[in-house]
Amino acid sequence: MSLLEVRNVAKRYGPVVALKSADLVVEPGEVHALLGANGAGKSTLVKVLTGVIRHDSGTIKVNGKDVRIGSPEGARRVGFAPVFQDPALLPDLTVAQNMRLTRTPIAGVREWLERMGLTVDLTEMTGNLPLPTLRMLDLARALARDPQLLMLDEITAALPSDLAEKVFTVMREWRDQGRSVLFISHRLAEVSAACDRASVLRDGRTVGTLVPKAGEEEKIVELMLGESRSKLAAEIEAEVDKVEAGPVGREVQLEVRDLLVGDDPGGVSFQLRTGEILGVAALEGQGQDRLFDYLAGERRPPSGEMLVAGRPFTPHHPYDAIRAGVVLVPADRVLALLPQRPIRENIAAPLFNRISRWGPINRGDERRRVQNAIDRLSIDTRAQRQARRLSGGNQQKLTIARWLAAGFTTMLCFDPTRGIDVGTKRQIYALLRELAEAGAAVLLFTSELPEIQLVCDRAVVVYRGKVTTEMPAADADEPALLRAAHGLGTVEAAA
Amino acid sequence: MTTVEGATAGRRRALEPRRVATRHGWTIGVYVLLLLLLIAYIWALAPVTFTSFDLKTIVIGALPLAFAAMAQAVIVISGGIDLSLGVMVAVINVSAASLMENQSFATSLLIAFGLMLLGVVIGTINGGLIVLTGVPDIVVTLAMSFVWGGVALLIMRTPGGGSPLEYQALGTGVFGIEWIPAGAVIIALVLALVWLPIRWRRPGFAIYAVGSNRDRAYLSGVNVATTRVLAYSIGGFFAAMGGLAATATTGIGTPYAGTFITLNSVAAVVLGGVSLAGGKGGVVGPVAAAFCLTLVPSIMVFQGIDPNYGQVIQGALIVIVVMIGGLVLLRERR
Repeated sequence: MSLLEVRNVAKRYGPVVALKSADLVVEPGEVHALLGANGAGKSTLVKVLTGVIRHDSGTIKVNGKDVRIGSPEGARRVGFAPVFQDPALLPDLTVAQNMRLTRTPIAGVREWLERMGLTVDLTEMTGNLPLPTLRMLDLARALARDPQLLMLDEITAALPSDLAEKVFTVMREWRDQGRSVLFISHRLAEVSAACDRASVLRDGRTVGTLVPKAGEEEKIVELMLGESRSKLAAEIEAEVDKVEAGPVGREVQLEVRDLLVGDDPGGVSFQLRTGEILGVAALEGQGQDRLFDYLAGERRPPSGEMLVAGRPFTPHHPYDAIRAGVVLVPADRVLALLPQRPIRENIAAPLFNRISRWGPINRGDERRRVQNAIDRLSIDTRAQRQARRLSGGNQQKLTIARWLAAGFTTMLCFDPTRGIDVGTKRQIYALLRELAEAGAAVLLFTSELPEIQLVCDRAVVVYRGKVTTEMPAADADEPALLRAAHGLGTVEAAA
Repeated sequence: MTTVEGATAGRRRALEPRRVATRHGWTIGVYVLLLLLLIAYIWALAPVTFTSFDLKTIVIGALPLAFAAMAQAVIVISGGIDLSLGVMVAVINVSAASLMENQSFATSLLIAFGLMLLGVVIGTINGGLIVLTGVPDIVVTLAMSFVWGGVALLIMRTPGGGSPLEYQALGTGVFGIEWIPAGAVIIALVLALVWLPIRWRRPGFAIYAVGSNRDRAYLSGVNVATTRVLAYSIGGFFAAMGGLAATATTGIGTPYAGTFITLNSVAAVVLGGVSLAGGKGGVVGPVAAAFCLTLVPSIMVFQGIDPNYGQVIQGALIVIVVMIGGLVLLRERR
């Protein structure tokens, strides 16, 4: 009898289908990997299994019995112990108090820490401990609960290699005792080294289960990709004529040197020229968030250099970045907009600084610039009253329109088409192309890999805080990007 | 053996002086401040000598606020805030004074016990409304403050009522020797018998967890809704103690007794080292802060300064202390 049997599990969030039909069978005594590209439904399935969300339809059987998980507490009762990417320990409690909060036997935690050769002061406030320690504590806590199924979600991310090695040792021991592990990771080398079987999700469906072998990671990638390319790529291709790349300027508009964004101490380096759209491809959590935060002035980098038009660029605040002409279009549109305010005011918001500098706000100038931006983007202005009433696509256009009116030289787009319909996507691509032709430099991170070839001139792939691959758009098809994004084709110490 | 970066060896080192200083530094600081204010009080009183009677007076004056501060502390630690605490104190105060008038000591104790339960019920209603409706704590409790304020006025329109002398002695008397005011003993007892057993068990950890990070608390298997309500229920109990203390110390009931208590309880919580963002701080600090806040105006009065300056100084004190605390935290983080 299987330990865990998931059949046809589906989950939708409003109109968005996150899981269409997920199947997963985990046998007792195996390490089972769960794989899939961004948006394939991996994290949704994990959330269902850990009781963070409830699925809409389908069945989950544990040891042959139907279960309804419902809550994290429910997951614990059926014998699942998750270790999340973000350690779920409360910072304002001591380690021991955290264990008591989750009804975990402290003796068990001590024992596991000892077996892993770690010494942690259990009376220390959890908030004072470094992230790798918290991960290991979270793991020890999960193990101490003696679960049937241990779920490890990207546990090796941000772990130094000696600790990652300990995790694998524990996983093997655990399996040899007849227990099971569900292992979620982007690092295919780890998967083939440590896992007995792997299930692959694509577009919310389980597309296959296989035995991963070292050196055969390509097979997994193929399975993640589907026959040729994902459906989205086909859709976009049908609608968008490949936007012709314009000539790329000579001057380097933005340069990043050895910027520390993740695991790799060498950091990220690349150049972005005027009139160029540079695509950034990366799986979740490879350091791209921090790269964009640093460039937009939201955080200060610990080390490395940024240059704008050849001059050192050290923004202390987004205001500094905007003044230097570096503007951000984030994935979460609500962050960028004033959701309760009218459209025109939203577009004019970044203008307030300059238009009113010499006195009261110049209404005429403001209106002209705003109307210009609306016309260029064909924003549907029927819902004039409040920006939050606009559709996601129109909201995203609005965030771009603000910068059109304010003026900029470099645009940072962080996953700008997340959750946007194909028609609007097309308009946004065309707009980015147009901006580049007018001389702007655009840095585009997107989780939709096919977009890169459609929109960009060049692509860099970031893997574990480092640019591992750089290629012209012509070569940057989805399989190539996905391979590079999983760290294949680069030297990596297999676990 | 590999040691995880930042982790330290050793087992129980909870009583290591440096750790006590960093973890309970703020509370210790508040007690030092209280001591300084006491010295200032004695000095302001001169040439009259400070006697056990003066100590008793201080405790009597601060008792209701001290309980309200405890109530607010528990609620704020859980991530909430209760703007109806003051009027809850008043409701219990007038209920006690009208019920206990001309009753025997035994009956009055029974009534007191019943009113403690009433406090828990009122607190649970507040918390329940917040959790069920999803309306922000501040809105619900502000609205409820009008409701309970009206109830207090319905029970007693003008100050009045009464309570047995033996009952009053619980607030105004002494415990054994002259220098131990009974009110202080009662606070210590409530802390030791009611709060600490909760604090050091799972419900207490859950209250800190929910205030610290609601999502992670949920992922840790904490019932977030129940825990939030529990914090308000405990707050209701402490508020009831405040109302009963007001009856004991004044002997009567005053429907307006709670006017200043609500905001002063928030002030005491902040001064006492509880983070308004939740999850941090304790209950012992705010009790001392409540005493500090009542001492300041008394010192002013003895010095013949317009008591209105007292408010200015009280406010300035809070701002300065909290600012210094913030600076210290900021330096530690670097």
